[in-house]
Amino acid sequence: MTTVEYNAETTSALLYLDGISVSFDGFKALNELSFVIEPGEMRAIIGPNGAGKTTMMDVITGKTRPDTGDVFFEQGKYDLSTLDETEIATLGIGRKFQKPTVFEMHTVEDNLQLALKNDRSVKATLFWQSSAEQEARIDQVLETVRLKHLRSRVAGSLSHGQKQWLEIAMLLAQDPKLLLVDEPVAGMTDVETMQTAELLREINKTKTVVVVEHDMAFVRELGVKVTCLHEGSVLAEGSIDQVSTNDRVVEVYLGR
Amino acid sequence: MRSLFERFAIALLVAGLFAAHATAARAGAYEDALPKLTLDSFSDTADAIDAIAGSGNPLAPPLLQALKDQRLLFSAEAKQVLIKSADGKLTDAATGQPFTAAPPSDLDNVRLNNRLRNLTDAALGSLTLMAGDAGKRYGAAQSVFKSRDASAAAALDKAIAAEKDAGVKKAMLEAKAALILTDAGAAAADKVAAIAVIRDRGDQDSLALLQSLPADAPKDVIAAAADARAKIERNLALWNTVQNFWYGLSLGSVLLLAAIGLAITFGVMGVINMAHGEMVMLGAYVTYVVQDLIRARYPGLFDYSLAIALPLAFLFSALVGIIIERSVIRFLYGRPLETLLATWGISLVLQQAVRAAFGPTNKEVGNPSWMSGAFDLGGILITYNRLWIIVFTAIVFVALLAMLRFTRLGLEMRAVTQNRSMAAAVGIRTARIDALTFGLGSGIAGIAGVALSQIDNVSPNLGQGYIIDSFMVVVFGGVGNLWGTLVGALTLGIANKFLEPFAGAVLGKIAILVFIILFIQKRPRGMFALKGRAIEA
Amino acid sequence: MMTSHPLIRMLDRGATLFLVLLAAFAIAIPVLNLLVPASSSLHVSTYLVALLGKYICYGLLALSIDLIWGYVGILSLGHGAFFALGGYAMGMYLMRQIGTRGVYADPILPDFMVFLNWKELPFFWYGFQHFGYAMFMVLFVPGALAFVFGWFAFRSRVTGVYLSIITQAMTYALLLGFFRNNFGFGGNNGLTDFKDILGFNVQAEATRNALLVISCIALAICFLICRAIVTSKFGKVLVAIRDAEARTRFMGYRVESYKLFVFTVSACMAGVAGALYVPQVGIINPSEFAPGNSIEAVIWVAVGGRGTLIGAVLGAFVVNYAKTFFTTGLLAPYWLFVLGGLFIGTTLFLPRGIVGTWTHWRAGVKEKSEAARSAAAEDGMLPTAGAPATQPSAAE
Repeated sequence: MTTVEYNAETTSALLYLDGISVSFDGFKALNELSFVIEPGEMRAIIGPNGAGKTTMMDVITGKTRPDTGDVFFEQGKYDLSTLDETEIATLGIGRKFQKPTVFEMHTVEDNLQLALKNDRSVKATLFWQSSAEQEARIDQVLETVRLKHLRSRVAGSLSHGQKQWLEIAMLLAQDPKLLLVDEPVAGMTDVETMQTAELLREINKTKTVVVVEHDMAFVRELGVKVTCLHEGSVLAEGSIDQVSTNDRVVEVYLGR
Repeated sequence: MRSLFERFAIALLVAGLFAAHATAARAGAYEDALPKLTLDSFSDTADAIDAIAGSGNPLAPPLLQALKDQRLLFSAEAKQVLIKSADGKLTDAATGQPFTAAPPSDLDNVRLNNRLRNLTDAALGSLTLMAGDAGKRYGAAQSVFKSRDASAAAALDKAIAAEKDAGVKKAMLEAKAALILTDAGAAAADKVAAIAVIRDRGDQDSLALLQSLPADAPKDVIAAAADARAKIERNLALWNTVQNFWYGLSLGSVLLLAAIGLAITFGVMGVINMAHGEMVMLGAYVTYVVQDLIRARYPGLFDYSLAIALPLAFLFSALVGIIIERSVIRFLYGRPLETLLATWGISLVLQQAVRAAFGPTNKEVGNPSWMSGAFDLGGILITYNRLWIIVFTAIVFVALLAMLRFTRLGLEMRAVTQNRSMAAAVGIRTARIDALTFGLGSGIAGIAGVALSQIDNVSPNLGQGYIIDSFMVVVFGGVGNLWGTLVGALTLGIANKFLEPFAGAVLGKIAILVFIILFIQKRPRGMFALKGRAIEA
Repeated sequence: MMTSHPLIRMLDRGATLFLVLLAAFAIAIPVLNLLVPASSSLHVSTYLVALLGKYICYGLLALSIDLIWGYVGILSLGHGAFFALGGYAMGMYLMRQIGTRGVYADPILPDFMVFLNWKELPFFWYGFQHFGYAMFMVLFVPGALAFVFGWFAFRSRVTGVYLSIITQAMTYALLLGFFRNNFGFGGNNGLTDFKDILGFNVQAEATRNALLVISCIALAICFLICRAIVTSKFGKVLVAIRDAEARTRFMGYRVESYKLFVFTVSACMAGVAGALYVPQVGIINPSEFAPGNSIEAVIWVAVGGRGTLIGAVLGAFVVNYAKTFFTTGLLAPYWLFVLGGLFIGTTLFLPRGIVGTWTHWRAGVKEKSEAARSAAAEDGMLPTAGAPATQPSAAE
């Protein structure tokens, strides 16, 4: 158990979770979960099924309200537990879902157009006009995820891996301060996995990233600080080598 | 049977003896009074009515009845009073013999005004106090209670002395108490005692009587009356509540019966079956067909018609349900809005099919003898059909709960509901379970139809009347939870009946609908929704 | 393409064709009715003019349903309520125009109020003698109801079948209410016996033709508004909400505001449709609120093809023509079988509807003619234009 040496008012952390508990019908999905993410950091979160990884994402993005505990964003400036999904997204937290969810009916370009950081109000979208600057931004993002040649394809017709990348591209277009990436390499080939790791490292140069992943090879490839969750709280935290040799982690998750 | 008959005979004998005795004591009073009716003056007629009523002559009741019905004729010249029967035959009022001579030329009706009409009613009432039939005596006592006609006092006293039936005697004592209370000359102590009797009667009329007491009555009478009034009001309010509750329970059980099948198909399977109401309708038509056959072939079995119809309705509706599931709904799983539209189409087809087969008019479905009639419970009237439907609903509900909990089919249903792919993986044939679950829901709708045929019009539109209410019940109670459906149905039923007195039936219903619309906003998953682990949309 | 001019986006080939056909229709029918002699085989009877005018109003109602069902996935089973409210607003204007020509010849009170022994006009009838105010109410009443209802429903995230069921309950509640005499809208007889509209006799041939043309214009304007909405970025957000509501929300879009806006716009259009419908059929009564009517309107959209706008109008025409055909002849007893069959058949065998299937087929042909592609993901099960993706199941 790692103790948190910050408090909400003075923390330098971008994301600050303290004593979060969530229960569903008596089942404790999160149990006094605490950890912090510093600005510019990339963090990998691992843990067995039911460890609370997705619930943690839900709490951060406002989908689920914590029963107890604090969730602060940007050096304690925003209390996320009082905001809803839309407000949190507007603050600059982007989320990629476990199952790739792109807008299948839209083209790749439209998907990104929707994601681009812009006024999200009804009025703004009704009278919206594209600009050269926006087009350039879309090009740039597509370049980053290597999907430029698929610009006018309908998203529903992309392969699984391409959808994953498109979703990451949409996150980038949103230009968030913090990216939450849930199992980005599930179902990918080894080559795609390595490319994704590279992509995330590239993104991490300008953004803070939290990656939830099962694939240990991928996590090793990322080479960042790892937090292992178990039964709703932090089991171990440290480098991949520290965590993967931790007896408890081996016992509950990695297996001998 | 025999003892009742014997009691009746004895009562008749006693009444007869009493009547004979009275005749002897006052011989001539009746005959003396008759000429007064020929004077065509209201005050003389009034005197005559009093005298005739007090005469004890057995000819008095038919005479007074004729007077009341405007069948009493008189001739001033011949000093004769005649009674005209309904078929126009004349009888001599003095002798009771048919009047065969030529009718006098100046024959005319004995005229009445309102005062005389009341007088006649009261006189008739006091005469009927001695009637042979206990029901008539009871009615007469009640009419004295309401008219508070002091002239009946003497007859009432005699009747009380002679009365053997406890119920009738009580009514007579109450009437007596009413007379004492309205009699200005009665002693204060008697009045207080009378108030106690009235208080125990405790209905709306007693309240009215106590309210009409003059303000200048003795202090202790006033106090006793106020006391009694408060008690009666409390009592009445209580019965009123019980009555509303009973009606609500009855409505709630009907709602539950209609909704419980939907709770299975919608709640457990997530299938929106807009044709659910038509499954109910089919059940009602099965009842009609069964009764029709029984009437034609085996009339003796009529009392068992519902028992015969129940399993048939279940099987028929279930079969139709399974056919619908296999032919349409199974292709639409995971597309609830399309399911909704397709099943709406099915409901139109079923309605029209029934219309084509049986005609668009209401079909007569009879109540077996054990379902007709009513009885009093305290201050409320309980009809047998409502009572049986409540009992029946409870049985269906418990049986369904037990089925889901204790049978293999129930276990597999719950497994498929909770995790379809996992259930399939452990070897449950999910397609078969889907069909059976849908069949079960539809079959229950069918037996609901049997019950509803007893209280509603059996027509092709029967189901339409229940579908929105049923959905409201299921959604309000919480999808996927039979207990929620139970609580939802009873809550809505009772709320509806308690609202009706204030808002009227239609506005009450609108209020309930608006309430549910708002409620769903607050708790989109209903009252008893299961809180699940947040699943990614 | 996002880059093209908004007008070009709005008026693609299908939309242009539709508007041209509509214009031709709006010109041809009055010409054939008024100028071609009755003896000619080309003559269109006044009865048919009124019937076609009615279809146009149904087309507009279908369009309003398609805007929310086809593009945002909101299946309203209560749109008939907005249609009827618009109709009642128009009916109230027409009632006040009757004046002393009513049976009781009361200059202010409509006949049914005199009959009910009412002494003065209820406050909500004030102002309806002014055409402008009545037209404002035609938009305002359905719009306001939709706004209030939607504000509650969308903010609480009532979606899918739950929303459908409560919209149905809404129109059912209104049905019960309007059946009551003391609601002040004529009870179960509704409003009828109209005399004139803006001084023109509603029964006159010329008026009927004018109403048909006005209905076509209203349909064209609403169609353009819908096209403008669905081809804008706003429209793309709507489709995004339809296909992945949570995703859209996590992207920072305020989903409830989008739904509320488009639901309200749609309700106003339905109100306009109802207002144009009433003078052409000559009556408005509470049965327009019947839940069955609203569901029937949904099937027009499904038959024509949801999410295509044109298909909705086409579907309204096709289904209502079939209804007229069946219910006016010996086949009347079979109409409900046909209608029921349409509900079942469309959902099972033609989920994209007529127009959706056509454009899908065309797209398929085009795709084949372009070189073969390696899109293994395209397995035919994917939702295509017009067919909303799988809705979250009720058990979610």
